[in-house]
Amino acid sequence: MMNFGVVRTSSTLEEIQSNSYLRKVESSHTINIKNLNVFIEEHHILKDINLSIPDKSITCIIGPSGCGKSTLLKTLNRMHDETPEVRISGEVIVDEENIYGVNVNVIDIRKKMGLLAQRPCPLPMSIFDNVAYGPRIHGLKRRKAINQTVIQYLQYVGLWDEVRGRVRSSPTRLSIGQQQRLCLARGLAIEPEYILGDEATSALDPISTKKIEELFIKLKEKYSIILVTHTLRQARRIADWVVFMYMGEIIEAGKTEEFFNNPKNKLTREYLSGSFS
Amino acid sequence: MKAKKTEELIFKTFMIISSIIIISILFYIIGTIIYKGLPALDIDMLTKIPGGGFFLGKEGGVLNAIVGSLYIILGSLVIGLAISVPLVIYINFYLPKKSWLATLVRFSFDILFGVPSIVYGAFGFALMIFLGIRASLLGGIIAIALLIMPIMMRSFDEVAKLLSRDLPDALLSLGATRYEMAKVIIKQLMPGLVTAILLSVGRGIGDAAAVLFTAGYTDNIPTSLGQPAATLPLSIFFQLGSPVEEVQNRAYASAAILTLVILILSLSARYFSSKYQKNKI
Repeated sequence: MMNFGVVRTSSTLEEIQSNSYLRKVESSHTINIKNLNVFIEEHHILKDINLSIPDKSITCIIGPSGCGKSTLLKTLNRMHDETPEVRISGEVIVDEENIYGVNVNVIDIRKKMGLLAQRPCPLPMSIFDNVAYGPRIHGLKRRKAINQTVIQYLQYVGLWDEVRGRVRSSPTRLSIGQQQRLCLARGLAIEPEYILGDEATSALDPISTKKIEELFIKLKEKYSIILVTHTLRQARRIADWVVFMYMGEIIEAGKTEEFFNNPKNKLTREYLSGSFS
Repeated sequence: MKAKKTEELIFKTFMIISSIIIISILFYIIGTIIYKGLPALDIDMLTKIPGGGFFLGKEGGVLNAIVGSLYIILGSLVIGLAISVPLVIYINFYLPKKSWLATLVRFSFDILFGVPSIVYGAFGFALMIFLGIRASLLGGIIAIALLIMPIMMRSFDEVAKLLSRDLPDALLSLGATRYEMAKVIIKQLMPGLVTAILLSVGRGIGDAAAVLFTAGYTDNIPTSLGQPAATLPLSIFFQLGSPVEEVQNRAYASAAILTLVILILSLSARYFSSKYQKNKI
């Protein structure tokens, strides 16, 4: 076992970020999507999306399968760049900068957006290196600082006590829920400003789901969180804002309580009553 | 009920006999080579080139063939890797999953995989005539590179296909560049790569037909790419037919060396792939 040096056991996000290796300037975070259209080959996937995503809250995007929820999420960290068939028009303004503008560095955008995918995909390296990977590629070199970062984020997601004896071993033997929390720690370790979740709990059991949901609630103190979810109950449980999409359009968006108790659109009412899913 | 038992017995016997046949063939071959080759293997055999004239000379060993084979396999490995690795990475991670180009490439190397080695020899020979090179080390390297490339690509591609398609996305969404992504992926592909290398070295070093026209044969060690080079398989082929016993012994010694090398390669291929499995997802 290696020596991790002196490690404080408490870890709130403020504390972790106060010794952040990035020392970023505190600012309020906003995402404004303006007239966004996405085409995959000839298919018009997203139609005239206009949406503001508020800071320090959880926004859940709901809607039936194939309505464009995940596509919308992927426009936020420019993962569509990896698929040449996708065409995008419109603006996504993140912190007053259009991320589809000309002089934008994709790496910076992705660093800003921590993504938690549907299925946990640990990197083929030890548990420790999984979390250390992000900070390392973004320039953190000092061994001590890396150790500290890794331990703190593992603590933050509640994984440290479960893995402390085997951080140098492969994550394959962790349960799916633990792997997902590892992926969350890995995503947080790049110190993003937004958290994106693409049905992040749909592969998990109820207990692991609950743990991830609790983490999201803890995280919204610092981040704006955008989650795509399949389950209405999850949206009701954790969302502050809900966006309902259908056939590539935003049908209705609003505060969670209002949205669920008093939906304005007929389609929303039908969806909430379970007429289609 | 009785008929079923008899049927079971007959097929069980067949299965046992087949297993015994396979094991005995292996041991018979290894036995013959050791029996004939090992007594001929001494320090001189490994450290001296043949002396006293081709086909009849009684002195020296097979250093020419050992070094020649080594040169050819190393050269063709360099060419093979330089072409296979980028290709496999391209078709697996850059092209979309259902790309016609990837299908075409896979189809091509599947066909090439089945092409007999003498055809590569003939193709290499034609290419050499076209370029105006004579039978030489370079010719042998090109022919063997052509021969091992499909093997390399195929076994490498098999591992690459198994790699989680989520992994590149996971890395990219952490803000990794394509280069950083490739580094992680290559590390993950290591067992496949090592196995691919060992398999193709095994196939390439033992092949006689591809080097027959292209590398030529010589009693000397080549000092430049333009000179002909001896190889272990051709050292067997050319010397076994000699009436002189010492020359025949050189052939058996070559066979023993070749078999040992391939045995070691197979064993280390197993060792490496189990070792690198550690962090496999």
